Amino acid sequence: MISVEEVKRLIEEGLPEAEAVVLNEYNDGEHFAAEVTSTAFEGLSLIKQHRLVYKALGDAMHSRIHALQLKTYPPNRWPHAE
Amino acid sequence: MSDVNDRIKTLVTENNVVLFMKGNRFFPQCGFSARAVGMLSQLDAKFETVDVLSDPEVRQGIKGYSNWPTIPQLYINGEFLGGSDIMMEMYQSGELATALAGDAPAAAE
Repeated sequence: MISVEEVKRLIEEGLPEAEAVVLNEYNDGEHFAAEVTSTAFEGLSLIKQHRLVYKALGDAMHSRIHALQLKTYPPNRWPHAE
Repeated sequence: MSDVNDRIKTLVTENNVVLFMKGNRFFPQCGFSARAVGMLSQLDAKFETVDVLSDPEVRQGIKGYSNWPTIPQLYINGEFLGGSDIMMEMYQSGELATALAGDAPAAAE
């Protein structure tokens, strides 16, 4: 089990100028959906962008997180910008 | 290279399109795997599946093989294409159909 706040914190602290919107729809602490932006994503393939998020999540990705639906955006395509 | 890496390499090179998934195409055991099968079926792709639930060695090994922590994983011509989220984006943009169309060995005639 891991909290939405913890997932969000790991992603945002692990990537430069990152922002993450994290959902745990069933409130089970295991199945998450996240949308993430970071300046690190610029110019990278989707595979590389997703790998950076997995890396930021580190051990949690291999243990406490059972599933993570992921969508990544370079900053200029971030749909949650104010 | 370990035995499991050799086995995976054989699987992804002997088949043009391979989906490592939980369950099989008729009975996917996870929503993400079901979604991946659905997209490939929708595109009329000819693909093999490997059920990682019935093969714990491959289930672990495939994560290291592509340095990717989740399942399903799609391979086209031996190359890792992505998991179900990347498949969905490529499906929506048409890139998945293009990648699948490029999988067939160039016909001589």
